[in-house]
Amino acid sequence: MAMSWIVAVMLAAAAVFSVITGNTDAVSSAALTGAEDAVKLIISISGIICLWCGVLEVMECSGLSDKLAKLLRPFIRFLFPGTKGNTPAEKSLAANMSANLLGLANAATPAGLMAASYLKGRDLAMLVVINSASIQLIPTTIAAIRQAAGAANGFDIIVPVWITSICSVTVGVLAVKLLYKNDE
Amino acid sequence: MMNNTFSLLVPVLMAFVALYGSFRHVDVYATMVRGAGEGLKVVAKILPPVIIMLSAITLLRASGFFDIFSRIVSPVMYFFGIPPETSPILLIRPFSGTGALAVVSELLSTYGPDSYIGRTASVMMGSTETTFYVLAIYFGAVKTNKLKKAVLAALLADLTSYVISALTVRLFMS
Repeated sequence: MAMSWIVAVMLAAAAVFSVITGNTDAVSSAALTGAEDAVKLIISISGIICLWCGVLEVMECSGLSDKLAKLLRPFIRFLFPGTKGNTPAEKSLAANMSANLLGLANAATPAGLMAASYLKGRDLAMLVVINSASIQLIPTTIAAIRQAAGAANGFDIIVPVWITSICSVTVGVLAVKLLYKNDE
Repeated sequence: MMNNTFSLLVPVLMAFVALYGSFRHVDVYATMVRGAGEGLKVVAKILPPVIIMLSAITLLRASGFFDIFSRIVSPVMYFFGIPPETSPILLIRPFSGTGALAVVSELLSTYGPDSYIGRTASVMMGSTETTFYVLAIYFGAVKTNKLKKAVLAALLADLTSYVISALTVRLFMS
């Protein structure tokens, strides 16, 4: 429902500002251009999206995703101290975090919701903050968009993305640890 | 040198996954085709919202709204070291992933994907999630009232993303 307001406000603002700035001609053709650009964009990126989904499926079927989840166990113990010894919680947390790392929002959410049912207070906040801060190992979507826009190498931003993601997740984790210091 | 090593990352990763899968007796080709089919469904799902959002955003761009808005917020943005042209991302990203995708795509076509603005926008997009959407899903499902601290922590993480995006692009890509 919120989207409804957002889009309505955007369209109204466009109309109002086009009168204020006098750009009415540009605006009337902009709707057509925007719609056309959207289709071109999606067609351009659909290739790599499908390719990457294929790779991810192989990772899942070959057990690589499970191996990744195992690697995450020490992190999970550190971030979610309340889950020590709670294997179903740890397993769904591992599934959630590895899905996030691989850029699989569709798999991450169900696993995350299952984990959430085992968590309270600070651990729950930690889960939510980590999910909303995002670390992706391979940012395929943005790379595909860059490529479609004519970038020399769509993935060339990967190191800045890693650094930025790590910093933002660190800040989120620290914030949760500090804000919830006096709870439980 | 570093650029070349990382350029190889994706092909090497794909090769590794394919070889590992074969080693584990997975029919790699059929599995990849099946996965790609699933990917196609994802693409079909995002096409209509992207059409709507990108049309709305192109209209806003043409109306001059973004120029005016960026100018108004530029003092604050400069204080944080963030290019004001990326301010629409900060506005829309916490609320809508498709909207953010459309805004970034539009920024890339206006300023070029390899420009400072284009790269910063890309890094911002790659390192953030749709915060309020995530909050709504988790706290909606689990029924709790103690939102405030989680929201604050999540927003702090987002702010860090925007500031560090601009910083890393300046450091690594000029």
